[in-house]
Amino acid sequence: MGTEKNRNERDLLNFLAGHPEEGRPAGSESAPETNASPAVEQSLDASPSPSAERASAESRASASAPEPARAPSKFAPLLAQLKNGLLTENPTFVQLLGMCPTLAVTTSVSNGIGMGLAATAVLIMSNLVISLLRKVIPSKVRIASYVTIIAGFVTMIDLLLQAFVPALSKSLGLFIPLIVVNCIILARAEAFASKNGPGRSALDGLSMGLGFTVALTLISAVRELLGAGTLLGYPVLGDRFEPATMMILPPGGFLVLGCLIALVQFIMQRKGAKK
Amino acid sequence: MPTILIIAINAILIENFVLVKFLGICPFLGVSKKTDTAIGMGCAVIFTMTLSSALTWAVNRFILEQFHLQYMQTVAFILVIAALVQFIEMALQKLMPALYQALGIYLPLITTNCAVLGSALLNIQNGYNFIESVVFGFSAGVGFLLAIVLFSGVRERIAACDIPKPFQGFPIALISAALLSLAFMGFQGLKLG
Repeated sequence: MGTEKNRNERDLLNFLAGHPEEGRPAGSESAPETNASPAVEQSLDASPSPSAERASAESRASASAPEPARAPSKFAPLLAQLKNGLLTENPTFVQLLGMCPTLAVTTSVSNGIGMGLAATAVLIMSNLVISLLRKVIPSKVRIASYVTIIAGFVTMIDLLLQAFVPALSKSLGLFIPLIVVNCIILARAEAFASKNGPGRSALDGLSMGLGFTVALTLISAVRELLGAGTLLGYPVLGDRFEPATMMILPPGGFLVLGCLIALVQFIMQRKGAKK
Repeated sequence: MPTILIIAINAILIENFVLVKFLGICPFLGVSKKTDTAIGMGCAVIFTMTLSSALTWAVNRFILEQFHLQYMQTVAFILVIAALVQFIEMALQKLMPALYQALGIYLPLITTNCAVLGSALLNIQNGYNFIESVVFGFSAGVGFLLAIVLFSGVRERIAACDIPKPFQGFPIALISAALLSLAFMGFQGLKLG
């Protein structure tokens, strides 16, 4: 814990998230297991991106301000964690992780949803297994072990898709095996599953995976609507609409994602200015 | 000989890994704030990608195909690449300290660069032989270097501009990448072979 090696790998994840210069303070990693709501706070603190920390700090402030005397419910921390993955720490829009599949497969809504669900399945299983093995894996070889575990699950998903939905498997193509190197999965393994119990880790996998799926669906909906005038293959915008084919070509991917992230930042800045 | 040339031009320009195929976007966006670091990263990628193409081709041909284990491709390749990166790091440190100094911090990042695994998988998918695989790996790396260096030049200029607040940072980078990608779409008109 807190060694030079750990720091390097954390920098690596920060780097991948596109924030090379900001490393977290070295002390923040010594996170023992806790079960109740403090763990949620911890998971928030363990986020690799400064913008996500800002967002989560905001959400914490806004959540506690309107109703300070909320009845302590057994499900509250679980819901908080789910919301965390879907909104406040959305892996695509806030943490900016896993850009390659995000841009490449969002040419149609069905591709986006398929990719999101495949990544979610891998994320849940790998988080679960890594969390179960977190005391067995020596910290020196943990990144390599994580990658091997993830690669195993990716191969399983790949074969399942080939067997049951060959059309989807064909259109996602290379990007199914490339889930292995999707930064979201490794980042969650390192930041969450290696420090928390199996139940919470699987839930974290689910919430992050759903956040990823929602983001992919949103991006692909915009691209398919503008680029082909359809949604899920059904014509929506009528005959008079001239499809802007550029939107489903590579430049459109960059453009739509850039605009959507700008929109998210705009909303967050508005929220920040109101307070 | 012409096939090799076609593969090279195809990988560098027409199907540029970053801007057309969306492989290796993370380092492309993460390490492109300055031209110097972009060149370092690009060179490290060329180096690793060439070696990993050669090695994964051999692993696939002499181990996986011999024992009918093709379904283990993903697992085997990522392990080969991770081991290779570690090995390159150690070898460079001992043999060429100057180069290690220059590339050092970028090497560990390459394990999770999907362009490297992507090129290994594409080699097998396209049925390239050994020479073609190496050429493809090398030129895909050159394509990456070209894209990241061009992009870092653009970003250095952008850093000095007055951009609307919501667009600062990532969004404007993505939009300029879109324009760069649009420019590379022009190479689609090249019909080869």
